[in-house]
Amino acid sequence: MKTPTRPLAIGLLVVAFFALVLGRAQAGGSHYFPPVADPVVKEECGSCHLAFAPSMLPASSWQRMMDKLKNHFGDDASLDPAVAAKITEYLVNNAADTGGRRHSDKLLRGVSASNAPLRITELPKWVKEHRKVPDWEWKHKDVRTKANCAACHSDAERGYYED
Amino acid sequence: MYRKLTVISLVTLLALSFSGAGIAGPREEQLDKYASATKATNPAFSGFSAARGKTLHTQTFAGGKADTPACTSCHGNDTRGAGRNPAGKAIEPMALSASPARYTDPAKVEKWFKRNCNEVLGRECTPLEKGDWLSFMASQ
Repeated sequence: MKTPTRPLAIGLLVVAFFALVLGRAQAGGSHYFPPVADPVVKEECGSCHLAFAPSMLPASSWQRMMDKLKNHFGDDASLDPAVAAKITEYLVNNAADTGGRRHSDKLLRGVSASNAPLRITELPKWVKEHRKVPDWEWKHKDVRTKANCAACHSDAERGYYED
Repeated sequence: MYRKLTVISLVTLLALSFSGAGIAGPREEQLDKYASATKATNPAFSGFSAARGKTLHTQTFAGGKADTPACTSCHGNDTRGAGRNPAGKAIEPMALSASPARYTDPAKVEKWFKRNCNEVLGRECTPLEKGDWLSFMASQ
């Protein structure tokens, strides 16, 4: 029997191409940060702002954040202690230097976990990626704050930030 | 014989379904709690007022944060329309008619009264204010 070499080769090439594309898509090209999956964390962190992906900050940051909810960037976001403990556990376990490591290597460049930064928007990589956004865009009535990721990143809720 | 049984069971069923409508939901229970707490400090209390709730919702306070002087700063002037918080996130309408699922989780209602009254009034709201406000939203 004669082997159909050409169709086979083309088929293999196509498969290899899609495997590459899909592989990249899964890795997210470093613009994918898995969204919060825990319903309690999603409800409590996501009712005022986007429930930021835990892999965007190191565990020390989340710990510090949750320790001072009484003054959460100027707002009182205090929670029932049992709920707060559950949320802290989730954030710490999926942080940029723990469970969420493979999604955060680039975002964490130049960040010292011992400093426990609280603002994602002050991470060097974040600043670099957004350097071309003009001031008036940040002040636009539909944006208002740099914490409003979803105003520009339409798929932020699902974890994608490449647009 | 069978007919009689059928009639009896039908009547029972009807009675049951009507009594079911009278069972208080979490919203009514919470209002009852606010009412008894108000009565404890003010024996002359004769019931909540949606009109007082409306005033509370729309008036401007000086005791809270400068950028949120009123409930309407974030919730907007139309109770049936969506609001927007300082972080840019949309807030579902507060009117019960527009958001029928609201006010069914007492812990959630208390959590937001605590946070938002502190932000807007600079203090916690009284049970009377909470009851009035809830009555206003239920009437909307």
